[in-house]
Amino acid sequence: MKKLTCIICPNGCVLDVGSADGGIKVSGNLCPKGEAYARAEVISPKRTISSSIRVIGGDSEIVSVRLDRAVPKDMIFPVMDAIRRAHASAPVHIGDVLIHDVAGTGADVIAIEDIS
Amino acid sequence: MAEYKDAVIIGGGPAGLAAAIALDKLGVHDIVILEREKELGGILRQCIHDGFGLQRFGRSLSGPEYARIFIDEVIERGICFHTDTAVISLSPDRHVKAVSPSGLIEYDAGAVILAVGCKERSRGSIMIPGERPSGVFTAGSAQAYMNLYNRFPGHEAIILGSGDIGLIMARRLTLEGVHVKAVFEILDHPNGLERNIAQCLDDYGIPLFLNHTVTDIHGNSRLEGVTVCKVDDCLRPVKETAEFHSCDTLILSVGLRPDAALLDGAGIMIDPRTGGAVVDEHFMTSVPGIFTSGNGLHVHDLADFASLESEHLAVSAAGFLKDGLHNEMDVDVSCGNGVGHIVPQKIHSADGFSLSLRASSVMDDAVLRISQSGKDILRKKIRRVRPSEMLMVDIAGGLVSPDGNVEVEFI
Repeated sequence: MKKLTCIICPNGCVLDVGSADGGIKVSGNLCPKGEAYARAEVISPKRTISSSIRVIGGDSEIVSVRLDRAVPKDMIFPVMDAIRRAHASAPVHIGDVLIHDVAGTGADVIAIEDIS
Repeated sequence: MAEYKDAVIIGGGPAGLAAAIALDKLGVHDIVILEREKELGGILRQCIHDGFGLQRFGRSLSGPEYARIFIDEVIERGICFHTDTAVISLSPDRHVKAVSPSGLIEYDAGAVILAVGCKERSRGSIMIPGERPSGVFTAGSAQAYMNLYNRFPGHEAIILGSGDIGLIMARRLTLEGVHVKAVFEILDHPNGLERNIAQCLDDYGIPLFLNHTVTDIHGNSRLEGVTVCKVDDCLRPVKETAEFHSCDTLILSVGLRPDAALLDGAGIMIDPRTGGAVVDEHFMTSVPGIFTSGNGLHVHDLADFASLESEHLAVSAAGFLKDGLHNEMDVDVSCGNGVGHIVPQKIHSADGFSLSLRASSVMDDAVLRISQSGKDILRKKIRRVRPSEMLMVDIAGGLVSPDGNVEVEFI
């Protein structure tokens, strides 16, 4: 039996995860997303992150970015390395893909604001 | 000469933007938003983490993307707004003075909507003694340095307080290569949401020490370290437990309070519990025609709740503009056992409304009782009660009578 805090929404359900009949059993979740989260967390935990990327020739030095989908937890720092090395040229528009398939994870790094 | 506007909205964050859009939808078009920063969006501009909009939009957005939805709608609707414009005074007769790049501007407003947001408590407000080196930041200012201005606060950080912004910053600093040594919390429970403890601290192996606080700050020009003590049941530091921790950065995440700067001048009654205005179920302050919502009224957990609250406010403000003041009763709402603060603090009509409250302590399987003169209005069983999680309860119309206080308590 393992205790997890669901991070999907602000309810923050405390989930009990155990094995039963050769499968994974989840309790304590208020919604089905909690069960899916607990299963993923036991098999292959995933996270999204936000950061910023340097901008050349813009009215701000940086543009805020996020991943468009969650990546395996152990890929967070390789993803951060790629983000740190990257730069973008102004103008940047919200939703622009600034790094495609970052660190081979299949996730894109997208701009979350406009920089002119 | 002051210009007349049906509504002047002070603040262009999620609360102000949502109020403006809702008023416009209700047919109140002669309105203006005044924002002191260079862009609309409020604090969301620097909240680059995701998790916004789950309630309203059913998806997880970053702060700037969430703000953008509202900003785009404001622009689409042609709602007037001025940025770089700071309101310097508000009078009880709804005269608004602001400084802007084009000089002093003045409005006479049919209704004023205060959507001014909140302020962080600082080193001064919690009175940490010691030297005064650089390297001591509130979590929000460290967040602004990093996310808006690309400036790093330091290399080795300690975080005091477990508020959500402090937790978010623990992760942000770690991702950018800053060594976050620990988070210390004076209370026996975390101040932030459980999910932020999990995804911002546990994920990165950052330890959280409850019942601990910083008692001294060391360093001449730059911070060199802090003294940390355990605290006893009365939150008094236990001297024998003092330990020195080296760091060049101390991040304070020790609470938020509504920005009350404009309230005094307008003669608006303040609730010492929330630090914001006393309002009725229509979000009207003690001064007729002046309304308030969002973090400037009481600090919310989620931007979604602040924007929804402002949409309720807009309905009341539009009603006031059309029909004037109609108070049918004057009932106080009082905080009983286990209740830290409550909004609204006054009830002036038999209309249904939503009650927002924060508990003062951690409780499991508690029963919330709302009563008037000993008679139950509502009882609700709540599985998990945390001071870090705002509770909202809907009260149907016609349940409150003109006689006696409404008492809210946990039993």
